[in-house]
Amino acid sequence: MIIRNGKVVLKNSVEKKDILVEGGRIVKIADTIPANGDTELDASGLHIFPGLIDMHVHLRDPGYEYKEDIESGSKAAVKGGFTQICCMPNTDPIADNKVVVSYIKHKAQEVDLCKVHPIGAITKGEKGEQLAEIGEMKRAGAVAISDDGVTVKNTRLMRLAMEYASGFAMKCLCHCEEKELVDGGVVNEGLSSTIAGLKGIPRAAEDIVIAREIALAESLDVPVHICHVSTHSGVRLIRDAKKAGVKVTAETCPHYFAVTDEIVTSFDTNTKVNPPIREEIDKQAVLEGLKDGTLDCIVTDHAPHHINDKNVEYNLAAFGISGIETSFGFAITYLYKAGVLSLPEIAEKMSAAPARILNLEGGEIKEGGVADLTLANLDESFVVDPAAFVSKGKNSPFKGYELDGVVKYTIVDGSIKYQG
Amino acid sequence: MLKRKDLLGLIDLTAEEITEILDVASEMKKHLKAGDKNLPYLKGKTATILFYENSTRTRTSFELAAKYLGATVINIAAATSSVAKGETLVDTGKTLDAQLNDFLIMRHPMGGAPYLLAKVAKAGVLNAGDGMNEHPTQALLDMLTMREHFGSLQGLKVAIVGDIKHSRVAKSNLFGLKTMGAQVYMYAPETLIPKDIDKLGAKLCKSKEEALEGADVVMGLRIQLERQQAGNFPTLNEYAAFYGVDAKSLRLAKPNAIIMHPGPVNRGVELTGKVIDHEKSRIEEQVFSGIAVRMAVLKLLNDYRDFTK
Repeated sequence: MIIRNGKVVLKNSVEKKDILVEGGRIVKIADTIPANGDTELDASGLHIFPGLIDMHVHLRDPGYEYKEDIESGSKAAVKGGFTQICCMPNTDPIADNKVVVSYIKHKAQEVDLCKVHPIGAITKGEKGEQLAEIGEMKRAGAVAISDDGVTVKNTRLMRLAMEYASGFAMKCLCHCEEKELVDGGVVNEGLSSTIAGLKGIPRAAEDIVIAREIALAESLDVPVHICHVSTHSGVRLIRDAKKAGVKVTAETCPHYFAVTDEIVTSFDTNTKVNPPIREEIDKQAVLEGLKDGTLDCIVTDHAPHHINDKNVEYNLAAFGISGIETSFGFAITYLYKAGVLSLPEIAEKMSAAPARILNLEGGEIKEGGVADLTLANLDESFVVDPAAFVSKGKNSPFKGYELDGVVKYTIVDGSIKYQG
Repeated sequence: MLKRKDLLGLIDLTAEEITEILDVASEMKKHLKAGDKNLPYLKGKTATILFYENSTRTRTSFELAAKYLGATVINIAAATSSVAKGETLVDTGKTLDAQLNDFLIMRHPMGGAPYLLAKVAKAGVLNAGDGMNEHPTQALLDMLTMREHFGSLQGLKVAIVGDIKHSRVAKSNLFGLKTMGAQVYMYAPETLIPKDIDKLGAKLCKSKEEALEGADVVMGLRIQLERQQAGNFPTLNEYAAFYGVDAKSLRLAKPNAIIMHPGPVNRGVELTGKVIDHEKSRIEEQVFSGIAVRMAVLKLLNDYRDFTK
């Protein structure tokens, strides 16, 4: 396949190039590539990104297929421009063993849309009592470990997890939440929680555990990755740690850089997410953190839920936003068009960095590299309509938002898996 | 005319709307004082009282208000209903609609629940208290009681002392009183002040004296005893000493000041017995105002309901 006339987002520049793809690899990138009888894809007017990678999604499969399954989640992913996704282990049963990890790998291969990389649990059953079989899970295809949804409460066990996993070159992806401080809170603690009369979650609940994981990583000299950073103070902790040479990486999500917690006063349960959407000072710090490299990557924390889990009282509603179909649009609209990040920087946050952090193939458009590509029209806009999501999870608080950046083709290993 | 299907909170009520409710409530009081408890305004209408939390005062107040207006009234205690069988609020709302209810009067332990019910139910929803969010009819009855004593709410200094954080009464009063031009002073243990409430126009005080000095209204709030067990303050004894209102501290208020409390009172904790039974106390008047205000709200919502039919 020859992809012609696209504006190719390279590491440091955007250049109009033709791309020759053969056998799932990028064979040549040049100003013009002579026709060779292969199929040709006219990418005029489109930008070509290295295949987007979302290293934090929930596919709900096995166990909660009524919320999402590997097929619907993969369809949603390629529609959102993602060529690789990493799914969290809080399924039923929990992905804390090689059997569940293998199941996910095999089902994803049958679905054959994007690449799906399972993340194994840190502890058995995510109970925080006993290490899961990290080596076995890695052998079965897990790319990292996480007890996402909860923090490993026992600090000694967390230390052992980080230490042990480092022997398998497996990173801990840390969900940072001190439950005692959360104490049943459902939104950020601040003016909006007071207006709505909803119980607040202080920033400290997140920051305390971020600080703990950083301290462990520093003292053990092992890498650690902080999930879904939402607080300004958390950004600062990570920035300072990086400056001091701690091997910490971090991610954030569109809902933390695009909006503030004023939206919770509507009592729309689709605004309920963990960690909660915070205030302007946090949003600004997250933007600054993306800009200065404190926050390495953008993930969705795609958390699809059934309407029954959301059409209830705010306190009873499930936490989570279905975000994989809007993430790229948010990045283009709120980061690129808003002048926060350049296109190569977007590619870094949404492809190169996750590839590097998890040691995945891809992340860059280069000769000899894998032909995972995302082609999008950045001048075309769309209005978010959750009812029309491919994902089973229609739980987005962004209904009616107008976003720029429409994915036109998602190409995985040289074959078109989505065409918009 | 109050142009609303529901009364969910005072957060978005205008001064004109509040004034209209209070004016109609004053009329209702006149009827009641004249012994007329058989008014026709809700004749042929049905109101269901749906309480997911225990209450005697508010529940009976709503029930009597609806009955004095001629409505048919049903009482549902959540513990004995299909809620206990796992029915969702949305389904309960649809069921009550199908039974041709005109009004659903709900108390619920979770903030925002009436908004969910109002969204799915065709019936008018009256919030009888939702979690830490609002208790609009309580604040309206408080404002009616104040207006009767002072003639106007404009410029009044209202001192609210007690557990502000968990108090939907304090919040609804803050919203309503600010809209009506009164000043709201608050004093509580730092652990029981909700974040950024000063940004909503409350003046946070550093001492009981600062709160009560020159106050027109001194309002105590009920302290739930489990707040102490949860560690918000060390002992009830210390709470009473620093945050309780006694006759001595009352002398800081204006000579014409009144004492209020949404009830039920923990005697000797938030108010001393002397203060509760003080000549300035309007606690019983508040109860009477409560019936009048709820009658007024029901009548006005019903007028609009009939008007839009």
